[in-house]
Amino acid sequence: MPRIAVIGGGIAGMEAAIRLSNLNFEVDIIEKSFSLGGNVNNWHVLFPDHSPARLLIDQLKNQLRDKVNILLGTEVVRTEYNNKQYILHLSDGTRLTFDAIVITTGFKVFPAQRKEEYGYSIYPNVITSAQLEELFQSEKPIHTADHRMANRIAFIHCVGSRDDKIGNRYCSKVCCVTAVKQAMEVAQRNPGSEIFLFYMDLRMYDRHFEDLYFQAQTQYGIRFVRGRLSEVSEKSDARLYLKLEDTLLGKPLRITVDLLVLMVGMEPADNSPQLANLFSIPVGTDRFIQPENFHLYKNRTSRPGVFVAGCASGPKSIGETLADARSAAFEVYNFFNNN
Amino acid sequence: MPSFGFSVQPPQHIDLDKNYRAIFDFIKENEPSFLRCIYCGSCGATCSAGNFSQMSLRKVNLLISRGQISEVKNLIDNCLLCGKCQLVCPRNVNTRKVILLIHKALKMPLS
Amino acid sequence: MKFDWFVVPFLAGLTFVFGFCGIKFYRWIRQLSRGEKLMLKKHVFSRSLWLSVKEIFSESLLHRKIFRTHPLLGYMHASLAFGWFLLIVLGNVEVKFYSEYSVNPPYVPIFLNYFEPVTAPNFFGRGFRFLMDLLLLVILSGVALAYFKRFNSRRFGMQRTTQHHFLDRIAIISLWCIFPARLLAESLSAAIYHNGSFLTNTLGKWLSALPVESMLYPAWWGYSIVLGAFFFTLPFSRYMHIPTEVLLIILRNAGIRSHYFGHPYQAVDTFSCSRCGICIDACQLAAVGNSVQPVYYLRSLRYQKPHENLTENCLLCGRCVEACPVGIFSTDIRRHERTLGHEMCNTHYAFKYQLKNNTPIEVLYFAGCMTHLVPAIKKSMTSILDHSGYSWRMLDADEEICCGRPLLLAGQITAANKVIMHTRSLIENSHAQLLVTSCPICFKTFSENYRLSIPVVHHSQFINMLQQEHRIPVHRRNISVKYHDPCELGRGMHVYNEPRSVINRIAHLQPNVHEKAKSLCCGGSLGNTYIDMETKLQLADQALQQMEVQSADYLITACPLCLKTFSSVSPIAVKDIAELAAESIKDTIVPFVKVIEENKSATFAEK
Repeated sequence: MPRIAVIGGGIAGMEAAIRLSNLNFEVDIIEKSFSLGGNVNNWHVLFPDHSPARLLIDQLKNQLRDKVNILLGTEVVRTEYNNKQYILHLSDGTRLTFDAIVITTGFKVFPAQRKEEYGYSIYPNVITSAQLEELFQSEKPIHTADHRMANRIAFIHCVGSRDDKIGNRYCSKVCCVTAVKQAMEVAQRNPGSEIFLFYMDLRMYDRHFEDLYFQAQTQYGIRFVRGRLSEVSEKSDARLYLKLEDTLLGKPLRITVDLLVLMVGMEPADNSPQLANLFSIPVGTDRFIQPENFHLYKNRTSRPGVFVAGCASGPKSIGETLADARSAAFEVYNFFNNN
Repeated sequence: MPSFGFSVQPPQHIDLDKNYRAIFDFIKENEPSFLRCIYCGSCGATCSAGNFSQMSLRKVNLLISRGQISEVKNLIDNCLLCGKCQLVCPRNVNTRKVILLIHKALKMPLS
Repeated sequence: MKFDWFVVPFLAGLTFVFGFCGIKFYRWIRQLSRGEKLMLKKHVFSRSLWLSVKEIFSESLLHRKIFRTHPLLGYMHASLAFGWFLLIVLGNVEVKFYSEYSVNPPYVPIFLNYFEPVTAPNFFGRGFRFLMDLLLLVILSGVALAYFKRFNSRRFGMQRTTQHHFLDRIAIISLWCIFPARLLAESLSAAIYHNGSFLTNTLGKWLSALPVESMLYPAWWGYSIVLGAFFFTLPFSRYMHIPTEVLLIILRNAGIRSHYFGHPYQAVDTFSCSRCGICIDACQLAAVGNSVQPVYYLRSLRYQKPHENLTENCLLCGRCVEACPVGIFSTDIRRHERTLGHEMCNTHYAFKYQLKNNTPIEVLYFAGCMTHLVPAIKKSMTSILDHSGYSWRMLDADEEICCGRPLLLAGQITAANKVIMHTRSLIENSHAQLLVTSCPICFKTFSENYRLSIPVVHHSQFINMLQQEHRIPVHRRNISVKYHDPCELGRGMHVYNEPRSVINRIAHLQPNVHEKAKSLCCGGSLGNTYIDMETKLQLADQALQQMEVQSADYLITACPLCLKTFSSVSPIAVKDIAELAAESIKDTIVPFVKVIEENKSATFAEK
């Protein structure tokens, strides 16, 4: 029975491992943190249907139980290839041999302090969408850093994405719809608050996304302004003074807000480039792992026996990630049965 | 013949068939990064001259792209060349050079 | 009186050179303004002329600055210049021993071996011949090195050398031929009359197998012709720098500078360029494939070739001026040339910004437009000013105003003056006693173009003063940093020590080869309107690699533009000096507050 290593224990890794073990492979999940679930652990509810993220993770964990070897707090430090097998040297000192690898290392959020002009980590009322999502875990109203009720909140799209200055030209795909979702969640918790979304484009590409946009406008009165944020400064009461342009009207725009939320994009996980190096597989100019091609072989890499799934090969929504993970599992099956 | 008292109004639409491309082409040849602009407005948001005038490089680039040159001159004359737009452009357009080229183009007798 | 027809080429050439230079110098000096002529007179007829003489000696002859760049390169230039100078001077002295006349025609010392074939049989006679031979050997070694440099310039510390034009190649060949020609002529004389010394006598012995009697006269003709050729081409080649350099040093030390394009000092600068090529390695644009260094710019200017890209494609960082052994202010010329041709039309800055507050205060803080894109600096300065105990106000808190320097650097003088007049009135009407700014670009222009009635300092100088007077506390941190001197603050305003004093109180400052006047430009300079952003970031990346920043915890700089440019590509965090000082205050006051880092916000993590 071939043994498969799934590197990365997020939802892509978990789904791939479940499907592979259902196909009677022996599977090991190698996860660098001390819990499974990856980034989805930090989400509250998912678009477009507001289903709880916790539920998704628990469902996956249940299906994994007793079927898969899970190695937490472990990383791959060296690889060898011998006789069509991959020998992985792990950070706990062990050596394990596998017949195929599935890389599901996912993503990390863009570190927003790299965009200095937005004042992240300088002004306490500037937070990222990831931090806002953490605050949603309780149903309480959203407060500012100095414990006031946030009555005016601004969301900025495309922070760390679509930005050649940062070095990330790509679009992170899901932040637009996340912003709309989060805006509605804030509106539910802080009734009567004014919420603004400042965007370059609104990428509502999937089913029901436009419905969310519609709902945000009509049910919650959320205001959408096409324009970029250029500078943030702090007033004496720790409220933030924003400088933008309203591009549709063609005029500069100024606004004082209680809270500024930066929609940070996705970047490849920290260990992704090192892993690509260990397996000698290429990454694109956007630093995500390059699949063999973008159509028929999206899960294969240039190395036979090494597959990739989930956000490790580019930003994806949760539904797309799970579908990708299943597809990778099937590719692994084909690899051993059509050889 | 009765005189109706109406005058002929000039067309108010942008006519891309008659699009005046001379200045656009001149800038494109001398600074190809001009083509990358997505009119996101980061430049206009940070513009120092935007405080006291209608100036926004996004607006200027858009007008040139659509061939609406007559409004460009009034806007571009407000530019202080401070360079903040170049520091924030997410597409790395060489904005200061584009502005100086626009000034040059406006003085040239381009057909 | 000694004469022979073979001296005619030399004499004609010499007359031509003196005449040409004399007329040119006279024309240039005549074009100076009355005030400048007075300055020149004051310098020449006073003890300060000694400074110029000293500089002519140490730089034009001994090339001390080139020795500091690389010893072999220095020897190569000095051997030719100083060697030839000594040869002429000693020749003139030597003549006194042979001639009954106190004044001799100028060709006699040069061709002395021909006109006085018999050496005086005393110590001085033999001594002089020895010295002349020695000097000739030194010069020939220099010529040999110069030839060798064409093939292996790295041995001379030069990665890149000047790519010469056809005319320059003719000039250099004629120069290189002069001394072998002299050697041949004198050796042939020595073969016949044994009137040489260790070099020429030895060579003469070797040549005596040849028909030396019939070769002698043609050899002297050859020497004279080569000299004549050199002199006739000198005013049109790079070697015009030999006489012009002398004039440049005198004018420069008299305090004369060029104030507009076409000023006579500019012409003196242009002709003083020896095309040594040392500026090429100093220029960071050379490493990214741009041949825009002063050697090429001044050459295009002199031969009036079109060169718009050379004028515009320059960071105005000043590294070339710093490296130039002659001290040519090429960046000034470029800046002045930018004022020609493309003046922005009808800039009507309808400034609506009015001063909201003009109650008298002690310190007026001008952040600068770039600083608004780095809020960490603004917040740090706010904290520092609050702790200083001085009353203060920020001039550009709500709306930015520009200092006008970006317009000046692009050659837009009229527009710049409008901005300067407006901003100046805002500053003066604020009734402050001191102006502090965070941006070195603004600092330079406030100091040089504004003529303010109050002093202006950069925030690093202000922080240094506050720390010295114990107005703000200092808490030492266990970090190791590298400091980058911004171009406009360092080479531009000579502020090197105050930032270092501030840093040394707080952290461990690592040494840096590229520091102070030799600091590298971040690449973000507003001086260059030509190169694109990708090239600028490439320059930043190269600069960081050369500074070896990985060995430090932080890179400290004192300019918001440098900070933004570096932080896009830096492997380590980049901070402004104000941030360092402000964090140091926080450490002192509330030592247990965690500094906000990474993706965690202290307040939100606690929720």
